[in-house]
Amino acid sequence: MASVVPLKEKRLMEVKLGELPSWIMMRDFTPKGIAGAFQRGYHRYYNKYINVKKGGVAGVSMVLAAYVIFNYCRSYKELKHERRRKYH
Amino acid sequence: MNENLFASFITPTMMGLPIVVLIIMFPSMLFPSTGRLVNNRLVSIQQWLIRMTTKQMMTIHSKKGQTWTLMLISLIMFIGSTNLLGLLPHSFTPTTQLSMNLGMAIPLWAGTVILGFRHKTKASLAHFLPQGTPLPLIPMLIIIETISLFIQPMALAVRLTANITAGHLLIHLIGGATLALMSISMTTAFITFIILILLTVLEFAVALIQAYVFTLLVSLYLHDNT
Repeated sequence: MASVVPLKEKRLMEVKLGELPSWIMMRDFTPKGIAGAFQRGYHRYYNKYINVKKGGVAGVSMVLAAYVIFNYCRSYKELKHERRRKYH
Repeated sequence: MNENLFASFITPTMMGLPIVVLIIMFPSMLFPSTGRLVNNRLVSIQQWLIRMTTKQMMTIHSKKGQTWTLMLISLIMFIGSTNLLGLLPHSFTPTTQLSMNLGMAIPLWAGTVILGFRHKTKASLAHFLPQGTPLPLIPMLIIIETISLFIQPMALAVRLTANITAGHLLIHLIGGATLALMSISMTTAFITFIILILLTVLEFAVALIQAYVFTLLVSLYLHDNT
């Protein structure tokens, strides 16, 4: 069944499962598009958790926790050897 | 154990890409821009802190020295936030790398010296000879003063590097000692854990103090030369 709204302008949650590969291929992967995606993501997070009247410590600590996890993934290779195992 | 101890100071690259650039740029994300008259809480707290620091640091300078305000305040914000972020587990602290600290110290110090030579040439040259020295001592003293002038940027950079690196190493070592002692004697491990907690509190203080000292010394050199 053909969609009434053109595929390119649909949001992710409205795309049907069968149309997903063609929807992904239609996204903007130019440097400007990727920069736009990062900007949108940043502003979404900022306006939801930090730019509010009674922002708490949760907004900043989520960012710091993500930073810790990112660094952990980055140095996993060296940390692997420090596990408590009988045979490394 | 030796290799593991220094592994956290290696410049991070992921699949050959230098993500150290991303890590250096990360603290700037934690200082949002101030658009409005009444901002959100995070921005208001940061504004209050920055105004307090600015008033404390820049009032001693003349009009000419106060043109350096933006440079010095962003310097202390950068060093302070980078040092504090380095206290999170597994993170990489750019200020442990001597290359970066030299890159910050030498241009700033050279800027103050050149500024002094251009605007108050006689007074800058006069710094090399303290008042009232006996005549025979003059050559030696000039050599000593020149050396002490040229050591200023080295001291700035090495001071910051050594303090932060030593603090991180101590935390690694004492943490490892606590872990190893846990299977031998619980009491000793507990005492070592208390030492670790005190050390972490010290490291928080050191992070901020080092930023302050760096910036204060640069501002002092500026005051001498304007």
